[in-house]
Amino acid sequence: MSTRVSLFVTCVIDQIFPQVGIAVTQVLERLGYQVDFPPAQTCCGQPAFNTGYTEEARKIACYFLDVFRDSEIIIVPSGSCGSMIAHHFEDLFEHDPKLLTEARSLAPRIWEFSRFLTEFARVDDVGARFDGIVTYHDSCHALRELRIRDAPRRLLSQVRGLTLREMSAAEECCGFGGTFSVKFAEVSGAMGRTKIDSIQKTGASTVVSIDSSCLMQLQGVIDRAGLPIKTMHLAEVLASQ
Amino acid sequence: MKAPDSAIHQAIDDPRLQLAIYTATGRLIDHRAAVVSREALPDYQALRDQANAIKRHTIENLDRYLEQLESNVTAHGGHVVYCRTGAEAADFVLDLAKKRGVHMLVKSKSMTSEEIDFNERLEAHHLEAVETDLGEYILQLAHQRPYHIVAPALHLTRYDVAEVFTKELGVPNEVVIEKQTKTARGVLRRKFLEAGIGVSGANFLIADSGAVVIVENEGNARLSTSAPKIHIAIAGIEKVIPRAKDLAVFLNLLGRSATGQPLTVYTSFLSGPRRETEIDGPDEFYLLLLDNGRSKLLADPEKRQSLYCIRCGACLNHCPVYRKIGGHNYPWVYSGPIGAIITPQFHGVSSDTWLPFASSLCGACAEVCPVKIEIPKILLKLREEVTEVKRREGSGGLERFAFQLFAWIATHPRLYLSLAGLGSLFFPLVPKIGPLKKWASQRSLPEPAKQSFHEWFAQRRRS
Repeated sequence: MSTRVSLFVTCVIDQIFPQVGIAVTQVLERLGYQVDFPPAQTCCGQPAFNTGYTEEARKIACYFLDVFRDSEIIIVPSGSCGSMIAHHFEDLFEHDPKLLTEARSLAPRIWEFSRFLTEFARVDDVGARFDGIVTYHDSCHALRELRIRDAPRRLLSQVRGLTLREMSAAEECCGFGGTFSVKFAEVSGAMGRTKIDSIQKTGASTVVSIDSSCLMQLQGVIDRAGLPIKTMHLAEVLASQ
Repeated sequence: MKAPDSAIHQAIDDPRLQLAIYTATGRLIDHRAAVVSREALPDYQALRDQANAIKRHTIENLDRYLEQLESNVTAHGGHVVYCRTGAEAADFVLDLAKKRGVHMLVKSKSMTSEEIDFNERLEAHHLEAVETDLGEYILQLAHQRPYHIVAPALHLTRYDVAEVFTKELGVPNEVVIEKQTKTARGVLRRKFLEAGIGVSGANFLIADSGAVVIVENEGNARLSTSAPKIHIAIAGIEKVIPRAKDLAVFLNLLGRSATGQPLTVYTSFLSGPRRETEIDGPDEFYLLLLDNGRSKLLADPEKRQSLYCIRCGACLNHCPVYRKIGGHNYPWVYSGPIGAIITPQFHGVSSDTWLPFASSLCGACAEVCPVKIEIPKILLKLREEVTEVKRREGSGGLERFAFQLFAWIATHPRLYLSLAGLGSLFFPLVPKIGPLKKWASQRSLPEPAKQSFHEWFAQRRRS
């Protein structure tokens, strides 16, 4: 019997970048996992939580706990949403002992995609092929809240045909920041352009990250500037053959 | 107060300013990185933990340590003055100056004095206060407030400084930094000798010895506190640390985090007025312990860690928002991430409601904070408080409605699914024009997917 894993695809991927969810499913199935997709899933509530709407975020978090109550392994192809569920659900329920216990039991069942591959499945080489020069963008919450730094790089380094070239400001924020990107659109845009400068200097034709919202920001800035650079989620690169 | 949008726009749009900020903060980032690396300082993370623990302990027992500090300062012949507000501190200095017939005083760099508009308060009563830190002196001449906690004139290039000196001092335009420094030194040396009072800040106040510790690189603090007959140190009550030996932790972190120096050029330990056996030093010493809102912060168990700050400025250097908008677009003298968390706590969350939101929550600040203040966590708490204040005031209704609707949709899967194809749930839904327009002002919009992942998975299962 193959191991069954549940996929929380995140609302951004579900609605804007479904191809990332498809790639995640393909990679997991190729490695022999049975992918379960609880169809009642929606969002983790992070937009509300980060904008100060704690009550609204709490409702969504409660709902999430319900939907994924029986899932033993939950794959999240986003550092930011993964951190929201694994770390900030606890903040939301600090005054509710019952839900706090539930949130705490949920946390170890949350697996960010690249961490799942390297630490649970213990594979660095998923048999992918991708021709081109790639640079990796560390998304802030994956890097600083989930402490994910090496896993995506290890996975990328095993992809045939791929050259990984580090940019100087890999760990600098892309400027997205959720509602920050519209509340302070100009600052956010300027941060994005600075990031793109450092990406351009590597000569890479593709920027890879494990967070689609960062990539939405970067692609938006790239397209506005008319640059020949593509953004891809790690899963899309790993699904390429 | 609303966000200063047009001033922010101006800062972002000014290539010369952007270059000045990026060059200066970039240099500070690199220098810090070199001296906190695993090779340079293997115990760096342990030191941060220790610093955090000492600060927590001290802040939670502040009353006790302040009393101990006071008794030790007094034992050395100094005087401790508790000041509730900036006005009380300024009044004390004005009164003392009047009694001693002092018309001019010299000052070394002190953010605490900036915080209370010290110079302006004195000048209103014709008591001249001369800044002796080079950066602060330049700014005093240019009539500006500090741009940065540690490097106050970080935004000015040597060409800017040349202009200021020519205009204010009447000297020929000189762009060589060494020569500019010499000009300032020439003016300031005379001031040191003429001043009746020297005012300093304090980096640390040691409870078990009653000493004031000041770190600096220029030597002006040492001169300010020893040449004039009277030394007045102004310090926030949170600057106290229990023991002299705790400095082994803090001195190791402060210089490294601030400027990338293992230790600053000068570290002065000042304990009271000159003793009979000593040749140098002031005849009188006063320690002004300033509250100015700090005890209000103490009341909040979650956010009181904001008082751990040792003013190294590392969070500013590493903040991508500070590096874009610069120091003068923050509402108070404390800029950057630390300013964003302490300003609303000192002035009340309803004063600058935009400030806690001016962050992408990237967490770079917390990662470099030598005393491990959880800045993003506090920003989130403040956002929650702002939202709550707006709820009570009945303002911000549209955004609130959007998030209530968002929560409703996100907890009703059928509704969520039926909205699939409308684009992202992520953008606040109503009105779409507002947020999307702002997004599009800077970036292209992503194409909405033709089929959601939900639909793809369901279709695949059917086939």
